[in-house]
Amino acid sequence: MKILVGIKRVIDFSVRVQVKKDGTGVVSDGVKMGINPFDEIALEEALRIRERGTQAEIVAMSIGPADCQQQLRTALAMGADRALLVQSTDTIQPLMAARIFHELVKRENADLVILGKQAIDDDSNQTGQMLAALWDRPQATFASKVEFKDKTLTVTREVDAGLEVIAVDLPAVLTTDLRLNTPRFVKMPDIMKARSKPLQVLKPEELGVITAPKLEATNYAPPPQRVGGKKVEDVPALIRALKQRGVL
Amino acid sequence: MNRILVIAEHDGKKLNPATAKAVSCASAVGGEIDVAVFAANASAMAAAAAKLKGVKRVLKIERAENVHQLAAVLTPQIVKLAAGYTHVLAPSTTFGKDVLPRAAAFLGVQQVSDVMKVIDATTFERPMYAGNAIVTVKVPPSPCIVATVRTASWQACSEDGNAEITAVSTDAVIPSHTRFVELKADVSDRPDLQSAPRVVSGGRGVGSKENFAVIYKFADKLGAAVGASRAAVDAGFVPNDLQVGQTGKIIAPELYVAVGISGAIQHLTGIKDARTIVAINKDPDAPIFQVADIGLVGDLFKILPELEKELDKI
Ligand SMILES: Cc1cc2nc3c(=O)[nH]c(=O)nc-3n(C[C@H](O)[C@H](O)[C@H](O)COP(=O)(O)OP(=O)(O)OC[C@H]3O[C@@H](n4cnc5c(N)ncnc54)[C@H](O)[C@@H]3O)c2cc1C
Ligand SMILES: Nc1ncnc2c1ncn2[C@@H]1O[C@H](COP(=O)(O)O)[C@@H](O)[C@H]1O
Repeated sequence: MKILVGIKRVIDFSVRVQVKKDGTGVVSDGVKMGINPFDEIALEEALRIRERGTQAEIVAMSIGPADCQQQLRTALAMGADRALLVQSTDTIQPLMAARIFHELVKRENADLVILGKQAIDDDSNQTGQMLAALWDRPQATFASKVEFKDKTLTVTREVDAGLEVIAVDLPAVLTTDLRLNTPRFVKMPDIMKARSKPLQVLKPEELGVITAPKLEATNYAPPPQRVGGKKVEDVPALIRALKQRGVL
Repeated sequence: MNRILVIAEHDGKKLNPATAKAVSCASAVGGEIDVAVFAANASAMAAAAAKLKGVKRVLKIERAENVHQLAAVLTPQIVKLAAGYTHVLAPSTTFGKDVLPRAAAFLGVQQVSDVMKVIDATTFERPMYAGNAIVTVKVPPSPCIVATVRTASWQACSEDGNAEITAVSTDAVIPSHTRFVELKADVSDRPDLQSAPRVVSGGRGVGSKENFAVIYKFADKLGAAVGASRAAVDAGFVPNDLQVGQTGKIIAPELYVAVGISGAIQHLTGIKDARTIVAINKDPDAPIFQVADIGLVGDLFKILPELEKELDKI
């Protein structure tokens, strides 16, 4: 079985992102970058499927500038067998990402694709669903538990009402929620080993992908700031403050 | 003129309040608004949708397969129905997030996620980077615009409308590769977290599942819904559907009380639109105090019982 995993390079989750003063984007120079947290979970799940006894080749795939090789090397160190970078300096929005992944899925003859439920930069939460549509295969989004038997996945999904369980036939697309697993740490010897694992660089043109329509971002603004910071001394003062604001 | 299709969200019995918020967003776009209800038996939900102000027609799409709201089942039908509409909208709940991008891809459209504000029929504001940037996006209008609506940014529309209800069928082919197994939902009589005017949330500071009783007790006193931080959910204090934040529920109550929650960026994303934020935390330097309108430093196990006593006096 072949598992493809999305590895997106994003601003690290611990960074408080700032909007540029001229409204053209966010400050990214010199900012710490990392693998999208949901994608680490995606890779971890692929590794666990293999470790539970299913023979699998695990391929990490990323779309973006050459720097994405860093995140792909980390994925290889975690245990992926190979990596594919579709190199592009364009802004890649979810429909375009899904079209590129669809080409990779066909070339690789994938049985399972695991993506994050959302990328923490654009917060779109679309790519997995879009890939499943283009591929005309099932999607199991927001997964917090995956059981794998024969050619069927039983997936527990985190939904607003609680936990929904669905069964999907392979091939399929899975997107991860935070509680699916806790990703492993990369060990030093694995980083060394990862250097010799194959990392192939492709161009979107080579894949024959038709450019997808795009949203045009015309302005970035910081969110309205809350003026918080007031503290009260004790419980009666808290009650008074609540009454003053008309909430009690 | 714009023709807007809103996909209704429901649980098979009742219309979800998020639908009325998506209709408000549709009204802000302006044009003729239809609401589609996919169900095995849509009567109750269609009747409720017909009351939503601004709705022209309610389309009932009744089919045995529509008993569960599976994306793989609904999408082919939405795609058929979308022909002739300028906009297709759904609430940005786990339902809308699951279904709508699948439809958008079939339609060849780049979706807009989490519309906060409508500038005009093709220009919208949406959040990125956990809400740290509000981005204005211009959307190619053809073949249509597909968008999810960030419910915390919209008030529900009023319910004094009287739309016509029409049964519609599509010849969409429904795949069998995706099957519903079960829904494990906690049934509770407490107010619904996503629509409650008051919410009390507990974090890691609450310490255990047993201790969470103090949060429930205090919430009951206030008539509030209960929420939680991710740390509290991960530690197993409460079920996942209580998580508030970037990857949980985004809410906009009148009153939000954060108890034993430090105030990580990802948590704050979920409460930015709350009218009044109260923080109770024993660490005076906890980041939650920077955004709280009213902060009280101290031990939650001392403060909550005191608060209850004071509330009894009112
Ligand atoms: C990709 C990603 C997505 C995330 N999404 C979310 C999300 O949707 N929602 C979310 O909440 N988090 C989310 N997180 C996690 C987030 O970063 C924090 O780890 C989490 O919010 C911390 O929860 P907490 O405040 O309960 O715990 P902590 O940060 O451990 O804070 C506990 C607080 O309790 C206080 N305390 C302890 N004992 C007492 C007492 N007796 N009385 C009073 N106060 C006390 C402490 O002073 C402390 O401030 C996400 C993280 C990532 C990486
Ligand atoms: N440029 C990209 N490179 C690698 N993976 C991506 C890329 N864009 C999207 N993905 C995958 O799709 C998921 C959802 O992204 P999004 O739809 O942008 O929120 C991410 O968690 C990744 O797994």
